[in-house]
Amino acid sequence: MGWYNRVLTKSLWVFHVSASPCNNCDIEILDLLTPAYDVERFGIRLVGSIRHADLLLVTGVVGRKISTRVLRLYHQAPKPILVVAVGTCPAGGSTFKESYTRAGPLDKVLPVDIFIPGCPPKPEAIIAGIIKLAERLT
Amino acid sequence: MMGRELFYLFIFPGFLFAATAGCLAGVLDRKLSARFQFRVGPPWHQNLVDILKLFGKETILIRESLTALYVAAPLVALGSTMLAAAVIGGAVFFRVNLAGDLFFFVYLLLLFPVSLILGAFASGNVYAALGAGRESNLLVAYELPFCLSLLIPVIKTGYTLRLTEIIARQATQGVAIGSLSGVLGFLAMVLCLQAKMGLVPFDLAEAETELAGGILMEYSGPLLGCWRLGHQMQYVILPLAVVALFLGGFSGPGPAAYLGGVLKYLGVVLLMIVIKNTNPRVRVGSLLGFFWKPLSLLAAVGVILAVAGV
Repeated sequence: MGWYNRVLTKSLWVFHVSASPCNNCDIEILDLLTPAYDVERFGIRLVGSIRHADLLLVTGVVGRKISTRVLRLYHQAPKPILVVAVGTCPAGGSTFKESYTRAGPLDKVLPVDIFIPGCPPKPEAIIAGIIKLAERLT
Repeated sequence: MMGRELFYLFIFPGFLFAATAGCLAGVLDRKLSARFQFRVGPPWHQNLVDILKLFGKETILIRESLTALYVAAPLVALGSTMLAAAVIGGAVFFRVNLAGDLFFFVYLLLLFPVSLILGAFASGNVYAALGAGRESNLLVAYELPFCLSLLIPVIKTGYTLRLTEIIARQATQGVAIGSLSGVLGFLAMVLCLQAKMGLVPFDLAEAETELAGGILMEYSGPLLGCWRLGHQMQYVILPLAVVALFLGGFSGPGPAAYLGGVLKYLGVVLLMIVIKNTNPRVRVGSLLGFFWKPLSLLAAVGVILAVAGV
């Protein structure tokens, strides 16, 4: 599937999943679409429906209640689907590490392709992470 | 004989040409829209890559949907668009009438939104159903001024419905847009095309920000690819129809005709992109009001003027 991955990584349609975030990462993700960063240069688009998605962009400490919904979204997406965790929260929990509402790191809920740590990660870091993922796939 | 028609349908003015040229025109739209917003925009092959990617993904069939209709709708839409491309392309590039005249062409164009509505209702999603309701409102709104403005070049060229005749007579007696009625018809036509393509002031069926993809919400993989491909092909068919009906098609001797024709086509596409980027989305009520009151009146006045010979 080498050639198909090359096609896939040139046209990533992103579905943004907010799994109990503090909204900081979400604001940084919106920055990616602005003229300063413009991820449409790489063929990346934000889509509104999970059925159109190639990439799940998960932000936030994945809470116990939201974790089942995140998993359900993962199953609703057409395969092949990539998962990118943005921010320190889905990786290590950050400030909310000890919280009783936390369902653990994101890769306990679903398979994650790449973690982009940072609180919040800079838009440049998010772009670098997605490009690294694309390089690894091809 | 059969081989030539298959060539028209699948290779030159039909599927292969319309899909490639449509994807390129679609990228022109995305690129210029990006420049309007001071962005860089996607590379030139982006839409082709998008379609290729969609054809390699999984299609999800929904348990609650009417599966047969859900699968058939995008195929019917793609097929009818292919046929429309062959009909208009045959008239413009080869001066031959394939299968039918202007009525047949209008009917083929109508099949796309109708199957879009049926497919969306069949998918059993609330947002898709809302989008389908809006699309049927749109259809009811733009068909009247669209058909009225189609009548104007028909009347100007001596009441002929044959596409080749319309182009040929404009070459001898001057293009349809050269008169007052032609200008009115052209204006009404371009605004109707905007609605037919689902471009921004009239994109309320898809409405990314309100309905999350609306009408195409449940479609994924190759079936979504069929919808996208049909939509990209319309970037070729509809402006080409305006060029043929109002601007005299690709007329004149030799390569100058093709150069002039391509410039006319790009002019119409550019006009549509500018309208798209300078207007916000309208509500359903103001949409119906706009198409039925001022625009239908404009087109009707154009028809009366055309009959009077102005």
